[in-house]
Amino acid sequence: MVNPYLPHDAVITQRTQESDTLFTLRLEFVDPVIKQAYKFAPGQFNMLYLYGVGEVPISIVSDPVDSHIIDHTIRAVGRVTHGMAKLKQGDHIGLRGPYGRGWPMLESKAMDIVVVTGGLGCAPVVSVINYIEQRREEFGRLNIVQGVKHTADFIWKDRYDKWREMPDTKVLLAADVGEALWPWHVGPVTNLFDQLEFNPDNTAVMMCGPEGMMRVVCDHMLDHRVPAEQLFLSMERNMQCAIGHCGHCQYGSKFICKDGPVFSYDKIRPLFNTKGF
Amino acid sequence: MEPAYHFFPTAQLQELLNQLSENGYTCIGPIARDDTIIFDEINAVEQLPAGITDSQAPGHYSLETNNTSKYFDWANGPQALKPLLFAPREELWSSHHTADGTLGFSEPEHEANKIAVIGARACDIAALKIHDQHFLEQQFVDPYYKARRDNLLVIAVNCSQPADTCFCHSTGDGPFVETGFDIALTELDDGFLIDVQTSKAKSICSALELQEPTSKQLDEAKSIKRGASKQTRQLPDIDIKSRLLGELSSDAWHDIASNCLSCGNCTSVCPTCFCHSENDMSTLDGTSTEHYREWDSCFTQGHSYIHGITIRSETSQRYRQWLSHKFSSWHDQFGRSGCVGCGRCITWCPVGIDVTESLAQLVERRRG
Repeated sequence: MVNPYLPHDAVITQRTQESDTLFTLRLEFVDPVIKQAYKFAPGQFNMLYLYGVGEVPISIVSDPVDSHIIDHTIRAVGRVTHGMAKLKQGDHIGLRGPYGRGWPMLESKAMDIVVVTGGLGCAPVVSVINYIEQRREEFGRLNIVQGVKHTADFIWKDRYDKWREMPDTKVLLAADVGEALWPWHVGPVTNLFDQLEFNPDNTAVMMCGPEGMMRVVCDHMLDHRVPAEQLFLSMERNMQCAIGHCGHCQYGSKFICKDGPVFSYDKIRPLFNTKGF
Repeated sequence: MEPAYHFFPTAQLQELLNQLSENGYTCIGPIARDDTIIFDEINAVEQLPAGITDSQAPGHYSLETNNTSKYFDWANGPQALKPLLFAPREELWSSHHTADGTLGFSEPEHEANKIAVIGARACDIAALKIHDQHFLEQQFVDPYYKARRDNLLVIAVNCSQPADTCFCHSTGDGPFVETGFDIALTELDDGFLIDVQTSKAKSICSALELQEPTSKQLDEAKSIKRGASKQTRQLPDIDIKSRLLGELSSDAWHDIASNCLSCGNCTSVCPTCFCHSENDMSTLDGTSTEHYREWDSCFTQGHSYIHGITIRSETSQRYRQWLSHKFSSWHDQFGRSGCVGCGRCITWCPVGIDVTESLAQLVERRRG
């Protein structure tokens, strides 16, 4: 029997510092059989193990078309991720996955897409944008909205510039606190919502970031007649096992690790508006 | 359908233990130790708690002698079957760091000891079924739980003396066990009624001299069941699952949880709580590290910690998480409530919070 708890040896083939606290690790399984068999979908995540310290769930940001390239963008914020920030190219870590149910990409074909991210939460939906970029003609209008607290939190400017050049694509950026040479909006990201272009009867909204921000987005979209079933949120909770056993990520009756991390709003609505779950 | 009972005199109980041993089982049974009934290895009936009963109340547990010679005339101790299958602490794997930087991962050898547990209660077996669902019947199978479960033989003993804290009758899980065991015993004054359910149990019991029970013995068992069903506590007779969902934002949680110490005793003794955390412990030379799991509780600060935020920073939120999971969202996960009515969380709560009272309080507020 395969032991679902057991990580596998993986090597860091590339390390990129994205901002002061954000870095991206590109990983490759050492065992060629595991490497060959590995497949993932946008929105899924892996468990990354730092030797002697512990495991953390991190979403995959690279495109599933090449499942041998596994990129994770990580914020150094806790015990494990601070340690991971010190790893270099050629270092080894433990890797197991992928886990969870990702974004509804197949179900959203031919629809207008609104991608909303806040704070440093853009990493999990980058896989969505990459996916659409590779298959641009299969989707309707694409709206990319990113809000940050401070302009210094904004990463991947090159990518946003590139996305802006895609056909039928709108990129809207906002910072709560602006500074000189920030060319985009200063203020809450919600101020930009009137510029979005979508048909509410045929739209999928995919969001990731602080829950307060996602709450505002959900309210706005419901006001604009987008049904709750078409609002998708990537949720985060403490996770120890990622296989539905440890109980930490329970959100009401849902296990975020295996029933999520992506949920449509109608599935989590009552709890999402109650503090402490 | 009435089980096919047989009877054996008390003197034959030792033979049952002998047969377990001869069939390669380590026998785990009740022992009076540390002023409570705990489960540990036994091989002689003299080790069983003869003539001992337990006195339980909110925040209270003590043992007393009674004037019988019965071995199983008590309700329960703190343990249930949970620690036998879902270990309080165990190694999941270890990792080894080699000179060239690569990491090796290896599993511990799974225990393959055959264990027979005697003295399991109906509530314990109801909880066992839930843990089987959780660890064996979902998307991922837990290999550590499975290795032990595959080697477990369950000998249930029907309850004769419910504690003041018991309410299995109102959850529908007891006091008599109906399914989910290999052997079930009912202890009478001069012997045991035995119900042998599985083929592996049948071969063990073939060496016992079983008799057809007399109608007097069957009546005695019925009388024991009637007596054990008379329990002082019960769950509120309402749709608790839906009612709790309507009360998630109620101020009542603060009142109910105002005495709670957030100590996690209730989740430790709860036979259905399954939360655990995973941690690493490295050797001093840094060349290897043990990755182990241990029981965790939704009452700890760390349980809901995520990148700098504690989702449930207040005790009332943790109490609500526990109660609403156990009695509401559990239904969606496992098709039943997560409470089997064993009453352990009431007994072992250091401040005597009574879960049946907490639930009633939420309902009364709604009515008022």
